[in-house]
Amino acid sequence: MGQSTFPIPSVITVKDLTGYLHFVLENDEVLKDIWVRGEVSNYSHSSSGHLYFTLKDQNASIRCAVWRSNASRLGTPLSDGLLVEAHGYVDIYEVGGQIQFYIDGIQTTGDGFLYQAFLLLKSKLEAEGLFDISRKRPLPPFPHSIGIVTSPTGAALQDILTVLQRRYPLAEVILSPTPVQGREAPAMIISALKQVILENPDIILIARGGGSLEDLSAFNDEDVARAIASSPIPVITGIGHETDFTIADFTADIRAPTPTAAAEMAVPHRDDLLSELQESRIKLFRVSRHLLDEYIWQLSDLHNLLLRNSPAIYLQNQADRLNTLSDALVKACQYALSIKSLNLKQTYGRLTALSPQATLNRGFALVTDQKQSRLITKTQDATNKLPINIRVSNGSFQATVIQE
Amino acid sequence: MSQLKEVEKLNYEQAYEELQSIVSLLDEGGQPLDKNLKLFERGQALAKHCENLLTQAQLKIRETTGDSKEVSIDA
Repeated sequence: MGQSTFPIPSVITVKDLTGYLHFVLENDEVLKDIWVRGEVSNYSHSSSGHLYFTLKDQNASIRCAVWRSNASRLGTPLSDGLLVEAHGYVDIYEVGGQIQFYIDGIQTTGDGFLYQAFLLLKSKLEAEGLFDISRKRPLPPFPHSIGIVTSPTGAALQDILTVLQRRYPLAEVILSPTPVQGREAPAMIISALKQVILENPDIILIARGGGSLEDLSAFNDEDVARAIASSPIPVITGIGHETDFTIADFTADIRAPTPTAAAEMAVPHRDDLLSELQESRIKLFRVSRHLLDEYIWQLSDLHNLLLRNSPAIYLQNQADRLNTLSDALVKACQYALSIKSLNLKQTYGRLTALSPQATLNRGFALVTDQKQSRLITKTQDATNKLPINIRVSNGSFQATVIQE
Repeated sequence: MSQLKEVEKLNYEQAYEELQSIVSLLDEGGQPLDKNLKLFERGQALAKHCENLLTQAQLKIRETTGDSKEVSIDA
């Protein structure tokens, strides 16, 4: 550059360079008003309202941006895989030094190439019956060993191991490491799957973290999908995010939305098992307690029966009868006595009424000889000078008969 | 009972299944008392074993290459 004939400094700054590129691009008649056809990829909607994505076809790609002011006027919601024709201008993003296509209008021309291929393969395998519900196998409730086919360095593996350690640490994990993206990925994934099948785990997880449609393309590979379909061991796929569906997902026994969810589906939760266990324990105690109670009841029934038939009870009963009879006897005697006593009183009353005292009280006197041995009731018995005894109401006195 | 495996040698699934069957056997009733007591004791041991397995287990991790190796878990 030192011997240049133009008046340009021999060394320029980066900013001068990007500024010059900006100047060139801005003044290019083709680049400032251009239509470009391509497939949308790595689409993202920033919080500021601007849209960013890559437009690509089989052999090339370019970064694109849609400013917020234009984004609202696009009309077409963008998504990965969409094939579009976009209008705008090309400029350099000076901070990053990237050539970008600034889009102000878009018209859709249908689904993208990759997505077309995806749909084609999907309907082909579906027609073969590889997605049939009847092919899906139930998962073992308590897997002893869990095969994992994933990248040994990816976040997916860490997510899975974290879940397994937390939920069900009883299991043994057999990791079959493989790259999960790139040209070699499909063959490596198939080989890793075969490798782990040899270990005969109870269940196999095939996992990969989130990424673009291209990043996940190994899982849209026909051979990978067929290898999963032919696995003799149930397979759970956890590939990408909730919204990502791959062909591998359709041929797996269960498709989990994420690697974490795949691990959650593979094993029961320790807390659930512990509470089930607690219930079983309580039931064991209750049932055993109930059985013992039954024995105790039977025993006490027998004991009661025995007591009812013991000689002591017989004797007691006889003694009770004797007491009753004896009481009855005493009562009967008392009754008889009281009747007799009543009779006596009545008789005494009558006797009193009939006694001579009453007659004496009325003024009569009872005359006897001196010895009171003979009543004098006739005059001829009262001889002259005969000493007599006269009894009146309150006593008696002596007297002498005087006869003329 | 003598042919039964030692409780400690059972895995979780085996131990839990046997615990369940002991509970239903006791629930049905009809066994002699000494058999029931033995069933109860074994049931208790099984439940304890299951609990130990769940609370004390550490995830074992190895690679298909054969060697058992430590893979750290960022819990």
